[in-house]
Amino acid sequence: MNAPPPDLADHSDHPRPRSLTDLFVSFTLLALQGFGGVLAVVQREMVDRKRWLTQEEFIEDWAVAQIMPGPNVVNLSLMIGGRYFGVPGALAALAGLLAVPLVLVLVLAVLHARFADNTFVAGALRGMAAVCAGLIGAAGLRLAGALKKSPLPLPWCVALSATGFILVALLKCPLAWVLFGLGGLSCILTYRRLKA
Amino acid sequence: MTAPLHLTLAWADWLNLFVHFLTLSLMSVGGAISTSSEMHRFLVEQHHWLTQEQFNQSIALAQAAPGPNVLFVALMGWQVGMNAGSTGAALFGVLVTMVGIMTPSTVITYAAARWGHRNRDLRAVRAFKQGMAPIVIALLLSTAWIMASSVGGDVLAHWPLWLTAVVSGLVIWRTRIHLLWLLAAGAVLGALGVI
Repeated sequence: MNAPPPDLADHSDHPRPRSLTDLFVSFTLLALQGFGGVLAVVQREMVDRKRWLTQEEFIEDWAVAQIMPGPNVVNLSLMIGGRYFGVPGALAALAGLLAVPLVLVLVLAVLHARFADNTFVAGALRGMAAVCAGLIGAAGLRLAGALKKSPLPLPWCVALSATGFILVALLKCPLAWVLFGLGGLSCILTYRRLKA
Repeated sequence: MTAPLHLTLAWADWLNLFVHFLTLSLMSVGGAISTSSEMHRFLVEQHHWLTQEQFNQSIALAQAAPGPNVLFVALMGWQVGMNAGSTGAALFGVLVTMVGIMTPSTVITYAAARWGHRNRDLRAVRAFKQGMAPIVIALLLSTAWIMASSVGGDVLAHWPLWLTAVVSGLVIWRTRIHLLWLLAAGAVLGALGVI
């Protein structure tokens, strides 16, 4: 059960999860650190700390997770779990991501009516959200280092990233336009630069 | 939470709910939240299984709690079940909505990822994965910006919140400090009313 399928066994050059339990526990701890979203925590824990993925692998997996239906972080956890242990790994990562947070959010729903108006609670949530905004920005900055290995010249990458930021953050364009329009353009440019 | 609605749900209604979330799952490119307007139409306007307030609370609570935001779907199932009268029904509601929203997208993504991994040397697959990198980075920076604006609002009026976001971003970018320390610091500063 712990032997990965042959086509997945090509990641011996960096650390990997030891077992299904390791995957489950890692994803549970990771999920519990994500307030207002877990994606940036995945980058922090999986790439910077545990090194189960390189920055390039993270970006590649995330591009797929984003294009496919379903919550991005759920898709990403499936792919990370599946990379090392096939279907059981995907399910272990998914269960880790969802099980404990699900119980917590239901408890919160029950408590909510009583504490929603408490200014301490509201303030604490606001403070944590500010930290999370910083966390997500930092994940973007860290990954920008991976652009140096792109087949595209660096100034092109920066121009594409800046355009994407302006479209999504400032002009509030629908995500699908940016993914398929700007993303498509970027993929075509990359395709032309790659040797067949 | 008191139930402002009193429903009687037959098996056909549960099945209807389940099938609806199965189809929503297939459409949820960009995350389950992108289908929330359709959930609103179905749950609040068409069937009156949730009140407007319960709908809003489900999304806000899931954002405030740790864990993936998709758990707002579980909260909707929970509230529909509570409206139907019992905690047992509420747990069943969680099961129906979560299995519905997760199963199709999970199966498709897993199959696509395996296909992409097996064919990772194809020029088109490499172009897709490497070509998307600038966009992925743009989306992360955009999310950070949008999140900071939604908590902080106007930069001048709420500069301590923005400063907290920028400082924690720099600390995380440059160090390996554990996130929980920063989250705890943010929570304390927020609870004390400093930011």
